[in-house]
Amino acid sequence: MKNKYITNKFNGLLICALLSLGGISQAQEPVRIAFMDPLSGTFASIGTSGLKQIQFAADYLFNSRGGILGGRMIEIVALDNKQSPTETQLQFRRAVSDGLQIIFQGNSSAVANTLSTTISRFNRRNPGKEVLQINYSAVDPILTEDNCSFWHFRFDAHAVMKLDVLTDFIAMNEDIKSMYIIGQDYSFGHVVADTAIRFLNEKRPDIEIVGSEFHPIGQVKDFTPYVTKIVSSGADAVITGNFGADMVSLARSIIDSGLDIPIYTFYAAYDGITATLGEDGKGRIHLIHNETSNPIPTQERKEFIRAFKAKNPNNDVTQPRLTNALSMVVAAMEKTQSTDPYDIALALEDMRFTTLGGEEIWMRGEDHQIFQSLHISVHTDEGVEFDADNSGFGLRSIYHVPAEETIVETSCQMRRPRR
Amino acid sequence: MLEVFIFATLNGVVTGLLLFMLASGLTLIFSMMGVLNFAHASFYMLGAYFAYSISLTMGFWLGLIFAPLIVGVIGAMVERYGLRRVHKSGHVAELVFTFGAAFLIEESIQFFWGPDTKNYQSPDILDFPLFILFGQEFSAYRGFMILISMSIFIVLFRVLTRSRIGIIIQAAITHPHTVSNLGHNVPLIFMGVFGVGTALAGLAGVIAGPVLTTFPGMAVVLGSIVFVIVVIGGLGSLAGAFIASLLIGLLQSYAIASNVGMPDLLNLLGVSFARDHPLNDLWTVTLPQIAPILPFLLLVLVLIFRPTGLLGKREE
Repeated sequence: MKNKYITNKFNGLLICALLSLGGISQAQEPVRIAFMDPLSGTFASIGTSGLKQIQFAADYLFNSRGGILGGRMIEIVALDNKQSPTETQLQFRRAVSDGLQIIFQGNSSAVANTLSTTISRFNRRNPGKEVLQINYSAVDPILTEDNCSFWHFRFDAHAVMKLDVLTDFIAMNEDIKSMYIIGQDYSFGHVVADTAIRFLNEKRPDIEIVGSEFHPIGQVKDFTPYVTKIVSSGADAVITGNFGADMVSLARSIIDSGLDIPIYTFYAAYDGITATLGEDGKGRIHLIHNETSNPIPTQERKEFIRAFKAKNPNNDVTQPRLTNALSMVVAAMEKTQSTDPYDIALALEDMRFTTLGGEEIWMRGEDHQIFQSLHISVHTDEGVEFDADNSGFGLRSIYHVPAEETIVETSCQMRRPRR
Repeated sequence: MLEVFIFATLNGVVTGLLLFMLASGLTLIFSMMGVLNFAHASFYMLGAYFAYSISLTMGFWLGLIFAPLIVGVIGAMVERYGLRRVHKSGHVAELVFTFGAAFLIEESIQFFWGPDTKNYQSPDILDFPLFILFGQEFSAYRGFMILISMSIFIVLFRVLTRSRIGIIIQAAITHPHTVSNLGHNVPLIFMGVFGVGTALAGLAGVIAGPVLTTFPGMAVVLGSIVFVIVVIGGLGSLAGAFIASLLIGLLQSYAIASNVGMPDLLNLLGVSFARDHPLNDLWTVTLPQIAPILPFLLLVLVLIFRPTGLLGKREE
């Protein structure tokens, strides 16, 4: 504990020193980017780990190499929205009054929806002071479909894209004859349930959906009663979109009940989850995500991860898409030599960008949705070069779908601002 | 259906008894000091984190013994050097003090242990199914949880009703001045009760940590429900807290296990609504979906029909 505290402080000092050094040699104004996610409360672990990653990506990729736009440093400003839509509105006001024009946000589609609506309205009323929303993780499809906005860009595959791949994978497993779906009772949880049922009915009509359950988000103390229902339903597998504490408690309860069935998830790794699942989750927990975990395809990404671990020994690079999003925003700034959100947005549209993982990803201009290869990984300790939570366990990718095959149509009718 | 019922009952009992360990301390503290300790669930979380750290080097069992003791000492210190000073300024000040302490403890935990979920595991020796019924396992650890909380209830009840200390405590609750005039050190009794109450919360944290996962939000999830129990059971009543804890544990567990909802009710009444009805969310809600808010509904009903709580003695 004590050690961790000291190293944290030390890291903080180092960063301060680095930043101030940069400030002395380059007297230029920094490019300020807001990072708005839960940094306290029930879901703090995801938010704080994301903050460390974006901060590291900014320092490692840009600030330590002389900054961007001819010597300007990137400054990440952390805003704690406690994953609440109300708090998000307040933090948005704060961001605006601080002159922040780019907001990274990822956790909870409910929050992302609120932010998108707030930003669209604000931008309509305040031409010239527009704000850009960089959504790196909220995957409710509606954000790039019916509610799509010119000012919103998503750098993660949305739930329908992910479920399409996940249900393809499930459909290949002949042993699965029945499925149980459990999720958090909000927009994203409902999308997961509805879509999974629809896809499974199309791809494997013989799979019976033996249960579909919703529980309040972040409110359940003990998942055992839910697991009792799963067991008695006789399900061969479980799909869940749960994240954070809801994910780890659910998985633990399933494991503790002695139920030996595969669990298909979106977010069951890192930030303490992998360590907590440990040996019990081996070979059973599956994740759908972008950017392969193990093996890591390129030397650049390996070095990035090692450098991150050297600086943050207790954290992992859980979301490579955060690095992709930051890199693409910077690329858009460099291309237009501007930090104006409107210019950045135009440059991001239909941008093709090669990630640290060596893959070319595409930001579709029509709906501002990223397309990149998707992977299904399994929780294991075999063949894991980069583990999670320093536990020896980690993710190994076992099923890959190239970007072209993940492309879906969109119902987005984007209202484009005039300049 | 029978298997679901049996397991729902077992789950409800485990949850209920766990809640009781928190509620018993809270209700005792309330009856003595007339103050609702908002930080009570935070001591529960502290217990889990201390036990986690101790278990890393010295194993689960030493954590089980020492973590509640440490939490109890911290609790007693909070009473001695915090609450007692604030007491002069009245109940509102005390309330605000405990409210602040809750935040302080949560933030300190995040500061020292970080925001991640901690890998706090139950001991290997209890890592086997106690019995298997209809293909479902009931883990030995859950049996152990029942055992611990039942013994706590019995010991607490005997101490309070049968022992000399218990009689003095009960007297101090109702007639603090008389007890003081008889030569007993009432502030010391208060400190002791606060310490024991928080130690019980800590113990609950120690045994709940491995199953309910140890993370910085664990106090928030449990905190509000404990207040509900104390109010439903009747403020200051230990037996009331016991009944209310089991009641709420079982209520939630049965609600989750059930498969009924508004659609069934509407069918029964022969009413139906179009899918695009503005209140569609209300017409399609199911009992499992609203299970976690049922205790609050029960709270409202109890406050309307029996404001003193189930076994509360407070006069109107």
